[in-house]
Amino acid sequence: MALTREEVLHVAQLARLSLEPAEVELFTRQLNDILAYVEKLQELDTAGIAPMAHVIPVFNAFRADEVKTGLPRDEALENAPEGEEGNFVVPRII
Amino acid sequence: MTDALYSLSISQLGPLLARREVSPLEVTDQLLERIEGLDGQLHTYLTVDADGARAQAREAEGRLAKGEATPLTGIPLALKDVLVTRGLRTTCGSRILENFVPPYDATVCARLRQAGAVFLGKVNMDEFAMGSSTENSAFGPTHNPWNRDCIPGGSSGGSAAAVAADLCSASLGSDTGGSIRQPASHCGVVGLKPTYGRVSRYGLVAYASSLDQIGPLTKEVRDAALLLNCIAGHDRRDSTSLDAAVPDYLESLGREIKGLKIGVPREYFGGGLDPDVDAAVRQALKTLEGLGAELVEVSLPHTEYAVAVYYLVAVAEASSNLARYDGVKYGFRGEGRSLLEMYGATRTQGFGAEVRRRIMLGTYALSAGYYDAYYRKGSQVRSLIRGDFDAAYKKCEVVATPISPTPAFRLGEKMADPLTMYLSDIFTISANLGGIPGISVPCGFSSGGLPIGLQLMGPPLGEAALFQAAYAFEQATDWHKRKPQL
Repeated sequence: MALTREEVLHVAQLARLSLEPAEVELFTRQLNDILAYVEKLQELDTAGIAPMAHVIPVFNAFRADEVKTGLPRDEALENAPEGEEGNFVVPRII
Repeated sequence: MTDALYSLSISQLGPLLARREVSPLEVTDQLLERIEGLDGQLHTYLTVDADGARAQAREAEGRLAKGEATPLTGIPLALKDVLVTRGLRTTCGSRILENFVPPYDATVCARLRQAGAVFLGKVNMDEFAMGSSTENSAFGPTHNPWNRDCIPGGSSGGSAAAVAADLCSASLGSDTGGSIRQPASHCGVVGLKPTYGRVSRYGLVAYASSLDQIGPLTKEVRDAALLLNCIAGHDRRDSTSLDAAVPDYLESLGREIKGLKIGVPREYFGGGLDPDVDAAVRQALKTLEGLGAELVEVSLPHTEYAVAVYYLVAVAEASSNLARYDGVKYGFRGEGRSLLEMYGATRTQGFGAEVRRRIMLGTYALSAGYYDAYYRKGSQVRSLIRGDFDAAYKKCEVVATPISPTPAFRLGEKMADPLTMYLSDIFTISANLGGIPGISVPCGFSSGGLPIGLQLMGPPLGEAALFQAAYAFEQATDWHKRKPQL
């Protein structure tokens, strides 16, 4: 299933990336090469095989619900591109 | 006794520091001077923290004087720039984090600080650990100390090159698909990827969370055991870290390997393997056999699917993990009149081409209508790959293979074709997919004078057997003693 130029643009939008026109061509070609390669997984019959997300079984990693001091607000905001009165500032939304 | 302290391993420096024949400040100063003089040619460091390192060295001196030292007190280390360090810039090799100064330490950094280690600075890497050559660093590539026209491997290329070139005593890196073991192999040093969960990932900038693991790159096997002793263990801040007892890994060293069953998977010795690599690894197997190990043939039949699984699973996780770089909370922000425009500008200007390619691929693999064919299928084949290892470890205790199909390739050689670059990870990716530990030990040189590494992989939490076999091999050979001419 080859990826079209339009699909590449759609995926870029989902990923919040703005591609240059030349890059759309390049990515379409490169992503199709990679997708053609991963097609080889379809050779395998995986009916009934459980997908693996976690390699070492860890169940219910509980911890006590204790109140602890977190990162101070001013330190958490220190790296923000723009902040004001203890808040993050973003471009106008409404 | 003050000559060339920069070239000593942790195990060589430790006793000199403990007997107070040399001071941590002397060692640190020698290394800082050497970095200043030589790193222009290699570009292993992104940030050198001379003042911080000297302050830590002086503190270590105090601990040594009071007899409160650990085996790592006063040891100068280089940290891969994917590990966050309180108050010290952490870029992850990316423009998007170019000016990011973390307000906290990764658990491994906090543990090393507590042990009295000295941090010389932060070393180069492929952006967000995505790459096999360190060419994807936004700040320019690192060069291989054995041949500056060649890549050092990646993504922990700065770590491996800095250890090989004696620009630090040892380093920590991270390994998602081979990123510790492959550069270790290409630079002729030791590199260990521990079992998934053995070491806390708290403060490791996330790439693919089900695969990422932190580990040491060192001048000798014993140093890797020393560092793992310090960084391994459960951490309440990483719920995937394992609550399993941490043995003293030094106890594995010096144990003979007579009767140790070493599996040799036929799938790792097929076509496409460089003849020099093939010869060096086969010779290494003979050496192990000569030490009394018993070689048994095993099969890992799904090896040929590992790269395809990795480039679905890893990129899917990456697309989700990297959504946090939005120009709001920290890092670079691009210009935009609306929030959406700002997101687009931030992420397009802040991320390099390979990172964007992987985010795109991962977003696609997870998108409606394709999830079953890609991500679910990949995760199912991942089960089969793990099953291959489980079956193999019924017949042997350790599996031995090459690390990389070829010695280090030339800078620029594979940049135009991402898929060819991806395929160079074929022998290291399976250990990450299976969550098992793997170590790279120097086992020879190519006809062109480039190092070659032997990979030993063990079952989950089988690090002790890896150290036992790797140390026995190292003691029987001289490969780790060679140094590049700089």
